[in-house]
Amino acid sequence: MTTTTKGSATEMPGDGPPPSQKSLLTGSLPRYAAPALLAATAALAAGVLLAFGALGIAQFAVFTVIAYAVVISIASRVVENRRQATDRLVTTIVYACFGLAMVPLVSLLWTVLSEGLARLDLYFLTVSMNGVTPSMDAGGVYHAIVGTIAITGLAAVISIPIGLLTSIYLVEYGQGRLKQAITFFVDVMTGIPSIVAGLFVVALWMMIFGPGKTNGAAGAIALSVLMIPVVVRSCEEMLRLVPNELREASYALGVPKWLTVVKVVLPTAIAGITTGVMLALARVIGETAPLILTAGSSAVAINWNLFNGQMMSLPVFIYSQVRMGGAINYERAWAAALALIVVVMLLFFLARLVSRFFAPNLSR
Amino acid sequence: MAKRIDVSGLHVFYGDFKAVEDVSMTIEPRSVTAFIGSSGCGKSTFLRTLNRMHEVTPGARVQGKVMLDDQDVYGPDVDPVAVRREIGMVFQRPNPFPTMSIYDNVIAGAKLNNQRMPKAKADDLVERSLRGANLWEEVKDRLTRPGAGLSGGQQQRLCIARAIAVEPAVLLMDEPCSALDPISTLAIEDLIAKLKENYTIVIVTHNMQQAARVSDVTAFFNLAGTGKPGRLIEMGETNKIFTKPEKKETENYITGRFG
Ligand SMILES: Nc1ncnc2c1ncn2[C@@H]1O[C@H](COP(=O)(O)OP(=O)(O)OP(=O)(O)O)[C@@H](O)[C@H]1O
Ligand SMILES: [Mg+2]
Repeated sequence: MTTTTKGSATEMPGDGPPPSQKSLLTGSLPRYAAPALLAATAALAAGVLLAFGALGIAQFAVFTVIAYAVVISIASRVVENRRQATDRLVTTIVYACFGLAMVPLVSLLWTVLSEGLARLDLYFLTVSMNGVTPSMDAGGVYHAIVGTIAITGLAAVISIPIGLLTSIYLVEYGQGRLKQAITFFVDVMTGIPSIVAGLFVVALWMMIFGPGKTNGAAGAIALSVLMIPVVVRSCEEMLRLVPNELREASYALGVPKWLTVVKVVLPTAIAGITTGVMLALARVIGETAPLILTAGSSAVAINWNLFNGQMMSLPVFIYSQVRMGGAINYERAWAAALALIVVVMLLFFLARLVSRFFAPNLSR
Repeated sequence: MAKRIDVSGLHVFYGDFKAVEDVSMTIEPRSVTAFIGSSGCGKSTFLRTLNRMHEVTPGARVQGKVMLDDQDVYGPDVDPVAVRREIGMVFQRPNPFPTMSIYDNVIAGAKLNNQRMPKAKADDLVERSLRGANLWEEVKDRLTRPGAGLSGGQQQRLCIARAIAVEPAVLLMDEPCSALDPISTLAIEDLIAKLKENYTIVIVTHNMQQAARVSDVTAFFNLAGTGKPGRLIEMGETNKIFTKPEKKETENYITGRFG
């Protein structure tokens, strides 16, 4: 580029003005242009679709987005410049993708709410299906909630210590071959399909207790197999985020390594660890296949005993109700689905509280 | 309280790489010893071997002898944790514990070691240590606030308070002022001058004026060449090192001429 310092402001086509005279101003679309154009294209899309008699939400949204993207790019190209036009086009695409991603989520929540709320009342939450025939307008989900809480509770009690200690080993102590081997097997475990975990536990129980003796504990073990690798992975990430300087500061005060881990590293990482553990729990709480194989799918009564008899759980309850196929069964399934979502939400809320409670207080 | 450090024939390795070669020196109690030298010549490495902090680094190992008064730091039955209680350390970047208040940071040495302390005694220790670190007046009204909420210079003085609260005999400082402004630097230099009455102090610094200001004895380290280990070139009274060094290398470094 030449750096002439000509005084005149003549514009040379194909070549920008020399730097000394480059204007910082470009034309810009007024702020109301974007919403106005969006409204206009929306109206246009609605009009066209109406004329063809094909007005539907999906068609309308697609038409509007495409038309808007074209119009705003052209308008911006004319009034502003090329970079701005590209920016506006990409912005439109990003928002459209975001909207697209939200569609299934919102629609799922909406469906579960609208279908489930009808039956989800105190009665439904506090009675079991004991003595209720499938088509009777009675019965509830209490036994399944009990089962879900007991089974995932036991799974958490098994998985969290094992997972956390493994991750501590990997980050703080592990070296060489053993560390590599453990990391490898954790990766392999992450990939185990849940039904295989269920089969594994069924085989294990068959070997130890004989046929037909599976119970809630078997379900919990199957869930632990799925949960441990997730806990290890997420805790490992969180422990690695703790700066080495804090460990060194602690060592330099004459604090032994294990106390450093317990009192410096873990408290610093606790917020992330709780979130990770909760995600792992949320992953297994909706597992169905391994629980059908282990804890069974026909329990109707309340059973708090993990070591004796079948245990219903929320996902399995949903599955077996849908299998029955009657209108009332569908209602129960939706209500149970809503109950499951609520339980997971409550767990997340609890986790936030826990991590808020433990987290380092960094405010001034 | 202060103790003498006697190093003889010390070599430090990172795996197969020899970082420091054959250092022998005596560090006198109740004095400030400054380590100077170009980047990468092994000052930090050597400093960390004095309280066995290098053992935290995988692959780091040491040959030679370090005596603390009449005790062998690398003796067969010596617990590195006990060594570090005797020889404290302050790092280049202030590193208060983010999960703890100012108060808890100061008594972290006791707290993390599960030592029970009556409240009155803890209060007294906190005040004494913070006064010792010239920080008491600035923080006495907000002891329960998080330590990470202080300014960089205050954080560094908090780290010094934390280090002296465990009452070590020796205090090692690795470029304690390099992240600080001139005012905070001055505050810490004053502090070093005061601490020297009770402790043996070793300070690594890249700031020649600082070495001249605070230290009684200066040790100059240098590399034998790229990829070669660092060595102790010359050690002596700070005055003498800065005015009439014996070695040409030292003079070049101090006056800013190399090669
Ligand atoms: N953890 C480590 N692993 C391997 N080599 C290391 C490690 N730490 C330092 N070294 C090497 O040891 C040599 C000395 O490093 P050291 O950090 O002691 O230098 P320094 O004198 O403190 O430098 P600076 O003034 O920049 O802090 C360098 O060659 C460095 O690359
Ligand atoms: Mg260094």
